[in-house]
Amino acid sequence: MSAPVIAAEAPVVPPVATGRPAARRPRSTPYRAISWAVPVLLLVLWELLARAGAIATTVLPAPSTVLTTAWDLTRSGELPEHLLISLRRATAGLAIGATTGLVLGVVVGFSRLAEAFTDRTVQILRAIPFLAILPLVIVWFGVGEAGKVFLVALGTFFPLYLNTVLGIRQVDPKLLEMGRVIGLPKLQLVRAAILPGALPSILLGVRLSLTNAWLALVVAETVGAAAGIGFMATNAREFLQTDVIVLVIVLYALIGMITDLVARGLEHRLLAWHPNYVRR
Amino acid sequence: MTAAPVAAAAVRAAGISRAYGDRTVLHELDLEIHRGEFVALIGKSGCGKTTLLRALAGIDAVDGGTLRTPDVSTVVFQEHRLLPWWKVWRNVAIGLPRASARARAQSALEEVGLGTHADAWPVTLSGGEAQRVALARALVREPELLLLDEPFAALDALTRIRMHGLVRDLIARHRPAVLLVTHDVDEAILLADRVLTMREGRIAAAHPVDGTARTRGSAAFAALRTELLAELGVVEP
Repeated sequence: MSAPVIAAEAPVVPPVATGRPAARRPRSTPYRAISWAVPVLLLVLWELLARAGAIATTVLPAPSTVLTTAWDLTRSGELPEHLLISLRRATAGLAIGATTGLVLGVVVGFSRLAEAFTDRTVQILRAIPFLAILPLVIVWFGVGEAGKVFLVALGTFFPLYLNTVLGIRQVDPKLLEMGRVIGLPKLQLVRAAILPGALPSILLGVRLSLTNAWLALVVAETVGAAAGIGFMATNAREFLQTDVIVLVIVLYALIGMITDLVARGLEHRLLAWHPNYVRR
Repeated sequence: MTAAPVAAAAVRAAGISRAYGDRTVLHELDLEIHRGEFVALIGKSGCGKTTLLRALAGIDAVDGGTLRTPDVSTVVFQEHRLLPWWKVWRNVAIGLPRASARARAQSALEEVGLGTHADAWPVTLSGGEAQRVALARALVREPELLLLDEPFAALDALTRIRMHGLVRDLIARHRPAVLLVTHDVDEAILLADRVLTMREGRIAAAHPVDGTARTRGSAAFAALRTELLAELGVVEP
């Protein structure tokens, strides 16, 4: 979308850059390389210590062992199966919780009456840490799928609801006034000024929701489940298979990283106009 | 001078009042602006000039009196008030019929000298450029009444001088009735056909500006400037 801007300004930039004295930036420190080198070095150190026997396998297996385990479990089909079950739970819960949060947030954001009906109750419920109701969820739903999906939905609902309401309420009133002066109809005002203005806040809600989704899933699967990667970890604990436990932890981290990357990509696309993202 | 005054009036306010709580901001104020006339309104802070402009824009209602304004009136505010999530041309085209929107926005942007910025994001513009886009957004609607609420106040001195010239050219071409609210006495004299001073919610005095007074540095300019400043209670050393 922003390509034409770059193209238009491209011929202007180089002369400015070459016009600057070279002395202003001496040798650049390779910050990026350093930031990647540190975790890689730690991994190597971990591997060496584990191989030398300084760390017992039952405490922390070598990274290479974890990789081998991952390969074996993938070939046996065990890992993909559990992973798929976990992903399905997260997706279903997220879809339900995020949709409800967004829709209710928009309604409450626009209507004082809807706010009067809903907001106080939601705020009271929000005071409960959503993981605290886990025992109740197990009583209600047993160890079946519904309980896990419910917990994920609950965890994703609140951030999206709150940030949607906040985003709509915080739209610059001066822009709305401008829209009215120009004579925009109400619906166009919503489309042109209110929803785009609320979008940064809504996307922040999406990111927080994603974080909560994984958190809910970890807890739900660790406490009572017969499948899913959380179950894999719990099961491995019984047999002191630390390699499987570490593998599951790494998987959670990877999934978290990927979803965050997707959320950030979404922000980049949808907020191309934002001072944080726009390329001058 | 042959046209009947009724037909020539773009704005007619008779005895309009506005109070916030027990504080009266507009006090049975009378004002008439003719078609194609440029009126500047100066006064101390809190004298009610912005309230008057907002009443003419239809943003705020009046409590009493009669107020008649044209169907199409637009405002340029002190801040550009561009939607940051829309590219420049869409900001200009906002609310226009879809079919001709892009073309009309483009020609309006060319008029303010920003034809090449149609696809830029508002955050990439300088203060003066953003204000020119706001001006294009106002003029593309061919308003019969253009309200300017201190539109140059936030600009640096050099940009402001350039903007004065641009505004003068644009208004000569489009001929809307104009009300400029400003703190800047020089600006009022340079741009307006008539300078009004406002005090305690009423128009205190009206000063027609003739051709020679519009030249900065002329004796007529200096005399009018001193007179207006004195009315505002400012005596220069």
